[in-house]
Amino acid sequence: MKQLTILSGKGGTGKTTITASFATLARNAVVADCDVDAPDLHMLLHPRTVKTQEFRGSKLATINETKCTKCGLCREKCNFNAITENLQIDPISCEGCGVCSFVCPANAIMLAERVSGQAYISETKYGFMAHALLTPGESNSGKLVTLVRQNGKMLAEKEHADLVIIDGSPGIGCPVIASVTGVDAGLIVTEPTMSGIHDLERVLSLLGHFDVRPFVCINMHDINDENTKRIVDFCGENGIEVVGKIPFNPIVTEAMVNEKPIVEYASESKVTKKITEMWERTVSALKCGS
Amino acid sequence: MIVSVASGKGGTGKTSVAVNMALSIGNVQLLDCDVEEPNAHLFLNPEISQTQAVTVSVPLVNEKLCDHCGKCADFCQYHALFVGSDRVLVFPDLCHSCGGCALVCPKEAISEDQHKIGTLKLGSTDDLELVYGELEVGEPMAVPVIREVKRHIGKDKNVILDSPPGTSCPVIQTVKDSDFCILVTEPTPFGLHDLKIMIQVLESMRIPFGVVINRAGVGDNRVYEYCKEKGIPVLLEIPYERKIAELYSRGIPFSQKMPEWKAKFQALFKTIGKRVNK
Repeated sequence: MKQLTILSGKGGTGKTTITASFATLARNAVVADCDVDAPDLHMLLHPRTVKTQEFRGSKLATINETKCTKCGLCREKCNFNAITENLQIDPISCEGCGVCSFVCPANAIMLAERVSGQAYISETKYGFMAHALLTPGESNSGKLVTLVRQNGKMLAEKEHADLVIIDGSPGIGCPVIASVTGVDAGLIVTEPTMSGIHDLERVLSLLGHFDVRPFVCINMHDINDENTKRIVDFCGENGIEVVGKIPFNPIVTEAMVNEKPIVEYASESKVTKKITEMWERTVSALKCGS
Repeated sequence: MIVSVASGKGGTGKTSVAVNMALSIGNVQLLDCDVEEPNAHLFLNPEISQTQAVTVSVPLVNEKLCDHCGKCADFCQYHALFVGSDRVLVFPDLCHSCGGCALVCPKEAISEDQHKIGTLKLGSTDDLELVYGELEVGEPMAVPVIREVKRHIGKDKNVILDSPPGTSCPVIQTVKDSDFCILVTEPTPFGLHDLKIMIQVLESMRIPFGVVINRAGVGDNRVYEYCKEKGIPVLLEIPYERKIAELYSRGIPFSQKMPEWKAKFQALFKTIGKRVNK
């Protein structure tokens, strides 16, 4: 079984559009939406949830007011400024480290597990899907990504699927790292803009850092031919495979508004043709039957 | 006044709004808090006057004092320490710098070491002060770098914070303590879905907000209907225009080539000021 992560660095370059298309084109794959703090893939794949799990990713300090002597030692020792002047826990800043509880001479502070989100296992008409929703504002999205990936892998094993398609989140920080470690390849969706190029270079170093094979897709390549050439040349010089160049077409947004994968919504369009070619190139490079 | 620019969904135009607004008003400081993928400097070409390392405290174990009792590893909620029978392994990437391990060590064998996780850059263009951070590639934790960027917020300045996408801890760290948050969205189902999540975050943090709709004209009406129904102010609309997209792709703030937009961004900032001081 192979694992492919779709990622981008910069947000809004088309990760989810590509993931949904790949899910549609694949005959034997499981998809995992690892953008857990702003997941969008479900709006295109319309999953029917069969199992929900609570995600307990971190802890939260709670003060027992009747035991508390207001000595303020907890506030002094907290490195996260998570205890207010009137000695209340600020749940947004608390990272659940337990220092306050340890230093409290009155034994008034306990750590409690907090539910930071939900993980789902669902069925779609394209196959099984693992996804999740982080409670807005919560931390520890990396741990939830790991849980979604475990669920995706478990489903793939059960279903004898030969590929897990992982939709990543923007950036290069903890949730992105959690979505690329140990995968067979990362497909970076970029766009020919200065920001797109800058962010592509950082994501490429990230994949290099974790020893993951990179593929590049230039989305909306015709909005700036000069920048597209820069990306193609850069990839050529560094031995990175450009697996697809997708043209700009308003029909992509139209498909999104109609909540359908573009390859299904506009099966005859040039965009669909280009995405299908990219899909075939990617699976053949990955050597999986999907 | 401190104004943050956030979105939920990536690529909706946060940096565009932050940069164009910053260039349109005076006495301004722009802090790019998207330390994973900072882009504001690409549009401003600032002269960098200062570069400094961002470090976090991680444990340093003195093996001569350590008796491998394992209390530090038991205490650590983040599994950043592993105590073997004859040595201790520290995983700096997992450490949250809470200082707990040093507190619980009965032998006082743990002190603080500094681990570099990013770089802070201070620079300026003609009338604009820029501060941004760059998370080291491979480092997972953006929050301490954002904290460091925000430590440079100037007094009596018009401060604009450019937030990373998403709705989790780096975004919270960015928008925290701002007087107002601009939510940039696009009129698509993804834009609306992620806008709704971001609104929940801001409501729980009690930060006043308004919406800027970018790429107006594409997609559908649901974002407008939602804002109307909830009484959320739509502060500005930026139409989908080939010229704006093309200038963006070349790294040129569009208000510089389309001067009519300067007045619109000034008006945006003024409207926010009125809402904050109400």
